[in-house]
Formats: sequence, C-alpha cells, structure tokens
Amino acid sequence: MGASSLHVLKGINFEVEEGELVAIMGSSGSGKSTLLNILGMLDVADEGDYILDNVPIKDLNETKAAKYRNKFLGFVFQSFNLINYKSALENVSLPLYYQGIARKERQVLALDYLQRVGLKDWATHLPSELSGGQKQRVAIARAMASRPKVLLADEPTGALDTKTSYEVMDLIQKINQEGKTILVVTHEPDIAQMCKRIVQLKDGVIIEDKKVEQVIASKYVQ
Amino acid sequence: MFNRDRWREIFETISKNKLRTFLSGFTVALGIFIFIILFGLGNGLKNTFQEFFLDDASNAIFLYPGRTSLPYKGFKANRRIEFDNEDLEDIKKNFPMFTEYVTPRISRSALTRYKNESNSYTTRAVAPGHQFIEKTILMKGRYINEMDVENKTKSAVIGRLVAKDLFKTEDPIGNYIDVGSTVFKVVGVFQDDGGDNEERYIYIPYTTRQQLEKSNDKVGQIIVTFPKEMGHVGAVTFEKSLKKYFKDKKSIDPEDPNGIYFQNLTDDLKQSQQFAVVLQLIVSFVGLGTLIAGIIGISNIMVFVVKERTKELGIRKALGATPRSVIQMILHESVFITAISGYIGLFFGILLLKNIGLSLEDYFIKNPFIDFGTAFAATIILIIFGAIAGYIPAKRASRIKPIVALRDE
Repeated sequence: MGASSLHVLKGINFEVEEGELVAIMGSSGSGKSTLLNILGMLDVADEGDYILDNVPIKDLNETKAAKYRNKFLGFVFQSFNLINYKSALENVSLPLYYQGIARKERQVLALDYLQRVGLKDWATHLPSELSGGQKQRVAIARAMASRPKVLLADEPTGALDTKTSYEVMDLIQKINQEGKTILVVTHEPDIAQMCKRIVQLKDGVIIEDKKVEQVIASKYVQ
Repeated sequence: MFNRDRWREIFETISKNKLRTFLSGFTVALGIFIFIILFGLGNGLKNTFQEFFLDDASNAIFLYPGRTSLPYKGFKANRRIEFDNEDLEDIKKNFPMFTEYVTPRISRSALTRYKNESNSYTTRAVAPGHQFIEKTILMKGRYINEMDVENKTKSAVIGRLVAKDLFKTEDPIGNYIDVGSTVFKVVGVFQDDGGDNEERYIYIPYTTRQQLEKSNDKVGQIIVTFPKEMGHVGAVTFEKSLKKYFKDKKSIDPEDPNGIYFQNLTDDLKQSQQFAVVLQLIVSFVGLGTLIAGIIGISNIMVFVVKERTKELGIRKALGATPRSVIQMILHESVFITAISGYIGLFFGILLLKNIGLSLEDYFIKNPFIDFGTAFAATIILIIFGAIAGYIPAKRASRIKPIVALRDE
C-alpha cells in the first residue's frame, strides 16, 4: 500500500483448466499472494483480462465483487480467519447466509460439509476450542459450503506442523478428486509436490510452469 | 428487509459479545437517565420559583397612601394622604372598563384567642374581591361576601395555620374567636400557595373594621384588578390614568414622587417571567449538554465497536457480504441496542423522579418531573444519533478491502 505505486506483477499469462490442482510457488515478494488476491477479486489488476468460467471479471464495484466471490470462489487463509464468537457450524453456514439460503437448509448443508472434513462432532465448538488443523478444516468446509467454482488457498499449511499440513493437503486432494479446481499458494516444495501443476513466480513473472507427478498426501498421514 | 434471519444473526452477535453490548447500552442508558434526572430537577426548581413569585394575581395595581413632599394648591408639603370609601366608589365609577375588583386592605395586628390558645395574628379587613387578588383557596366554609360588608358582620376567614394553632383538631367553622377583644364567628378556613406566612392571616369585612375604629371611612390600601386581556401595556396605561386621577383628586403636585405609591404587579410579573425564561434556558442547556455528551459517548463506542470488528467484517466480505449488508448489520444492531437501553434509562429516570417527589423541597426542588414527550423525544434523538454515529464508521468499514482487513492482525 502507500502513495507510490509498485508493480508487483509484470505480465502474467496462464490458464487453469477445470479440475486442476495448481501450486503457485515463489519466494516472498515474488507476487504470488498478489496474484491470488486478483484471482480472488480481493484486489484488481491495473490492466489485463481475467476470465472466470467464461465470465470476464471487470469493472467490479464492491457489491458485484461480493456477489461474485460468494458465487464463484471459496477462500482458505493461512490464519484460518474464522469468526471467533461463532461455532464451527455457524462459521460454515455463513457463506450460505449471504447466499440467502433458509436457516434450516443452511444448517443441514453446513453439517454435511463438516462431516466431509471429519468434524461433525465438533459442530458446536468455538474456534478457540479447536486445534490448528481442525480450524483449517473448518475453514475449508466453509470455503466449500458455497459450492464455488474455484477454491483459493493462501498458504493453507503455513501455520501448521508437517503432519497436520499433510492431513490438510490430503483433504484438499480429495476435494480436487471430486472435480473442484483448486489453487494453492505455498512456498513449501513438499506441499507443492502434492499438487498436479506448479507455477513458479519470481519478481512478478512466471519463470516455470510444469505438470508434476502428484505425491499422494494420504501416504504420509498416520 | 426485516427478515427473521437478520434478527437471529443480530441476537446471536449481541448475546455472544456481552461486554460490547453492555458498554454501548450502558452509555445510552446512562445518558438518557442523567438527562431525565437533570431536566426533572430543573423543572422542580422552576416549580419552586413559580410558587414563590407567581403566587398572587398578576393583574393588580396596589395603591399605598403616603405623605406629600411638595407643596401644591395652597397645601403644605408633608401632608398625609388617606383613602376612604368614596375613593373605592370613584374608581369603580370612573374606570368601569378597566376594573374587575376593587378592594381595600386594612391591616391590623391583633391578639387572637380561642379557649386556652392564643396568638398574635395580622387581620386584613377586605372586600370580597380580595380573594382573587391573593388567589386564596378555601378549604372549608366561605369567604367574606357582600352581605358581610353591607351588614358589617363579625365574620372571620382564618388561615390554615391559624386553625391549626388555635383549634388543633377541632372544626373551626361556626366557632367564635376573640380577635383583639372583639368576638368573631369563623365562617371559613383557607390555604394559600404563597407559603406559611400567607396562611397566618385572618380576613374580616372592611366595614366591620371601620365600625370598630370609631366608624371612620378610612380604607388603608386599595387594590385594583384589571382584565388580564389588557396586557402589560394596557396595565401601564391604566396605572398612568389612575395616578393622574388620584393626584388630581387628592391635590398632589403631578411632579411629586410621594403622596401616593403605585405598585403594578405586571412589572413584577414581567421580571419574574424573564427570570423564569432564564431558568428554562439553563435547564434546556443542561439537558442539551447531557444529550450531546451522550451522543459523543455512543459515537466513541461505535467507532470502537466497528474497529474491533474490522477483521470479522473483512471475513464476512470475503465470504460474500455486500457493503450494504455490512452497513445494515451494524446499524440494525446499534439501533436495536440503543433503543432497548434508551428505554431502560428512560424508565429508571422517570421512576427515580417519581420517587423524589417532595423529598428535595428543602433544596428548592419541588415535584421534579419531565413530560413524557420531552423524555421520549430525547430518547429518539439519542437513537438517531447513535445510528448516525454508527453509520459513519460502518460505511468506512464496508468500503475497506477484505484483504486489508484480514491482513490486520
């Protein structure tokens, strides 16, 4: 931020197919988070086109951006960003609230997603009563609940230990296998190896874009 | 837009953020409470003032006889002026349009006795119209009437405290009291809002007093009341022509400041009313100040609340909350809290005022009250300003990019 503008990204051109699991890698300052924020409509690019599911994303006002985010995108953050006074179930049902879904239906859906991340029994707990891995799983369930086209994960394992990281990646891989498109920003090579494609950024440009042999995370779990 | 889901969301937020809710609610409740108490006490002060100064009729002119200070038409200076019965009739005859009541007042102090109780009281020998000048309120019996004046009856109307002193619990009506060695029959008991001294008078017919004093026709002071519709200007004009008439009649130099003194109560009234206006201004100012302090209090709380929720609002926006829904949520919540706590403050404030009642009379605060309209309006104002105070930071929060809000940890 600040008064002087800084060009973080200097010409990015890439395409993601439906059902891909892409890792965006790079050292800090390489522009990977900025790219993700633009993809997440949390930030806007100075120039260029962004087409999501054949819809050109441009001229966004706040209200429109909010609606697109709600409809197309699910976010997973490094610091979880759960609302601390709401239970796991309420956190998961929040995007559904903004979709205008009735309360009863919301709760059924939210519980269903909590079950998918294996936290059905923790539905009534507050985030402060959950471990880091559990919080991130609730966050993933919340991101999935609105049935987005794309899941954007910004350092989803950044605050977790290795074992928990692999559990979270296992979950992400399973969601991907169900056909969901997922972009993961990370700087950890082992996490990147668990994706199907790695995009390397350096100083605002793509220096490498390759498909990789996916490492299955569930092997490391248990 | 007032759907059940929003309400549920708000109740959830309120019940899970008790400290925050309490703080903002408490500020509002306290603001309204203090406003009502101060405003009520101010009104109590006004009540006392009105009782002190606005007790008597205001549409009256008092005429006091004195001594001349200038020689005139062959009379020497220092001549004593006196009023008599003829003067009463002349006023009625010459100013029929301007006069309502004309009454003399002859004040004499007299030792008064009933059975074994005795005390010294002031007797006022008057005509029936005097009742309206002093705004005397009869508790029992009747006032001096025309028959008393005509027949020079020995009837007396005694003050509440006279009755209390002399008769204790006995009913004074129909009993006889000894006033300065003359026996009078008590025909009425009165009270007066003007305080204790006013309730220690004994009223008798002026003709009876004249008869007791060797059948003279002197009347002491004269009090004239005029129709209220004349207003202050009319009263001054009337006073001037009355002055001119009497100076002429009693052969007093028109330049002589003495001889007859005139006291026009509308002058006093005007001053008193100005004082009352100032008092009202002070009360309003105090009320306004309290209200402003309350508004500032809510504004601070609202800024704090929104600041505290920045991250939460960022999360909500990332999950698809529109700026509009963010503002609505904050406003809905703040209006709900201020409304509820505002009326709690209102309730307790009015309850306390009701209980104070007369207990602060020694401190010149009588019957403090606040009319419900004012209290209600103050609460509404506080709610509106609470909403405005919440709107500004909410608007800013709704504009903040979720990414910025989420970065702030």
